[in-house]
Amino acid sequence: MFHRESGYYKTTYAEDGALYPLPIAKWTVGILLALFVVLPPLTTAVTGALAAEYYISIVNLILIAVVGAIGLNILVGYTGQISIGHAGFMSVGAYTAANLAVKLDLPFWITLPAGGLMAAAIGAVVGIPSLRIKGLYLAIATLAAQLIIEWIINHTPAISGGSQASIEVDRPAVFGYPLKTQRELYYFLLLFAVLAIVGALNIVRSRIGRAFVAIRDQDIAAEIIGINIFRYKLTAFAISSFYAGVTGVLYTYYLGIANYENFLISTSIDYLAMIIIGGLGSVLGAIFGAIFVTLLPILIRLFMETFGTLFFTTAELNNIIPAMRLGIFGLLIIVFLVLEPEGLNRLWRNIRSYFRVWPFSY
Amino acid sequence: MNKLLASLAAAGGAILLTAGSAWSQARDIVIGVQCDRTGATQTVGVFFCPGVHDYTDLVNSKGGIEGRRVRAMEIDHEYKVPAGVESYERHKKEGAVSVLLYGTPHVQALTAKMAEDKIPGTSPGFGSAASADGMRYPYLFPIAASYWSQAAASVHFAKDRLGGSLRGKKIAYLFFDNPAGKEPLPVLEDLAKLEGFELRTFAVPAPGVEMGPQVLDITQRYRADFVVTHLFGRSPSVSIKELKRVGFPLSKVVAFVWGSSEADLDAAGGAAVAEGYNTLQFAGVGTDYAVHREIREMYQKANKQPPREMNSTVYYNRGIFHMAVHLEALRNALKAKGAQATITGADMKTGFESIKGVTLGGLMPPLQITPTDHEGGGWIQVFTVKGGKLTKTTDWFRAYPDVIKKHVEADGKKS
Repeated sequence: MFHRESGYYKTTYAEDGALYPLPIAKWTVGILLALFVVLPPLTTAVTGALAAEYYISIVNLILIAVVGAIGLNILVGYTGQISIGHAGFMSVGAYTAANLAVKLDLPFWITLPAGGLMAAAIGAVVGIPSLRIKGLYLAIATLAAQLIIEWIINHTPAISGGSQASIEVDRPAVFGYPLKTQRELYYFLLLFAVLAIVGALNIVRSRIGRAFVAIRDQDIAAEIIGINIFRYKLTAFAISSFYAGVTGVLYTYYLGIANYENFLISTSIDYLAMIIIGGLGSVLGAIFGAIFVTLLPILIRLFMETFGTLFFTTAELNNIIPAMRLGIFGLLIIVFLVLEPEGLNRLWRNIRSYFRVWPFSY
Repeated sequence: MNKLLASLAAAGGAILLTAGSAWSQARDIVIGVQCDRTGATQTVGVFFCPGVHDYTDLVNSKGGIEGRRVRAMEIDHEYKVPAGVESYERHKKEGAVSVLLYGTPHVQALTAKMAEDKIPGTSPGFGSAASADGMRYPYLFPIAASYWSQAAASVHFAKDRLGGSLRGKKIAYLFFDNPAGKEPLPVLEDLAKLEGFELRTFAVPAPGVEMGPQVLDITQRYRADFVVTHLFGRSPSVSIKELKRVGFPLSKVVAFVWGSSEADLDAAGGAAVAEGYNTLQFAGVGTDYAVHREIREMYQKANKQPPREMNSTVYYNRGIFHMAVHLEALRNALKAKGAQATITGADMKTGFESIKGVTLGGLMPPLQITPTDHEGGGWIQVFTVKGGKLTKTTDWFRAYPDVIKKHVEADGKKS
């Protein structure tokens, strides 16, 4: 993470697969976690309650996006199976949880894993074509899954809860206390984002994760060295869809509603953009991507609101800012990918390796 | 590294400056405006949002509301839900007393939050029809005819056009196959029983630019007497072209509010092609209103050309209408609490609920919003394409209010 490491060489497999490569890593993670725990009261103290709600709401959106992006990265980045159906799996999770919460009155700690598991089951089924096809062909197959899921939800009142295809859900309650404000919901989302990150880090350093990477790099070679391709490809789809399902459930509880239009194909594309910008095949990359894609439009708006008034009238700005947001966003993505095709994660690693021996570069 | 530091310093400066400008405008009343000028529904937003701002500027130039200036703070959310949530929280941070929502998924995503924060939001032409129930959704105001009211209005209009009785007649409902498109179905089915007409539905799957088979089915096999369309985006223009191609009289077609703008007519090949096409409207159409003259004068005083967005009157006028309802609510709130009082979201809610008899020279329907009815009556005007432009065919009317009320109540009991 943020510590400097130097003169450290791995000599055993156990060391190579360790979650904390150095004892100092534990400290960094611990400090980081403590920082995140005190973030809401800290923001409140600095900016006041009203502004803190706003800043924490941005963090909340990022936390939800992080879970979804990590899930997609396990499938696309680690296993090399492209998927354009991620939002479809999110909606499976969202509607499963919403139906369970409303019809059976179950609390979130049951509906959330249930939503994830349902999405995993559907995802494993959707993953079956991946056993025969690859690349763009698989992309089209998952696109079909996205459209089929959309259609089924839209046309089955038993799932969608009526013609509006939206189910209102009560706020998540902890010991009977409903979490309502952004700062309360923050802890709810933080818990699952941390679980998602820890889970993903452990998956990718274990036997399963290595099997995924082997399949991505050369599936025939992977099969020859004894990896069960059938099993691991479907596992990748199931795990990724589980993450997507959980993302859908988090959205449902965060917004208080499961809504069909949150999970259309454009959402799938957004998540693909996140992991490509952040860096394929890395957990940290997915996190960077989620932060970047969520935060950049907001920062561009803030920047333009402040400096744009020097050059333009408010009426012109109202027209210019949205266009600028799209333009600068697109431009920055191109610039980043030209500078560093492996994404923000690689950029971060470059910075770290520069400082690893700093200031004694030679 | 130096460059990085410089940009960091710039960003820090930006934040400080924002804080500074917010301070100087503290006495202004902030109203949040959600907008989509760049996303999926940008064809609406580019005309709608200038209407909102021009009307706000006009009111401010005439001294504001009860002497208080209003700042319409626009945030474009590209029709994306996370960006919509962020924009709402930003509006809340800036002290917005109410928010002009934009987009059905955003309305749904923010309904719970608005009630918790006690900040009213308005959703004319989107959101759900059931949200007319002010007891169930205390801080959500549809303020314009919902899809249920539009369905009732279209049946009423069809009845009028087909000689006063629908018994034994065939009505085709051509709709976009998404939740919004399907929402009016229960009301239409009810009315079919009530009025004794035959109803058949024809779904158009997304993206809705191909409806040859449906139109042939309607005109050749089903042989409909009247067609009600409920389409979005590019599809209304396709429906006009297809119906025209098979020779169905467009005077026997009525479109819901999102298939009824000048942009749709232009996309179909100009108003001449669409002669006779009927459209439902929840705000006035055209430029024959006093408010347009005043906006032009305001621009002329500033030595500027009036914006060309004014020519797309359907969406531009809806923008005026949307902001006007908020400003009326604000006027009511300021009258109740005193002109210098600090207004809260709860005051605005009361303000909305006492709106009555404001018409803005006929541009606005005779809304009467009450604590129980947040739809304000469900008023509709029909405009018909005649001689190259949309002309008024009926005055403001509301159809089958009892049926709508029954459905709103039934939906409230469901959950």
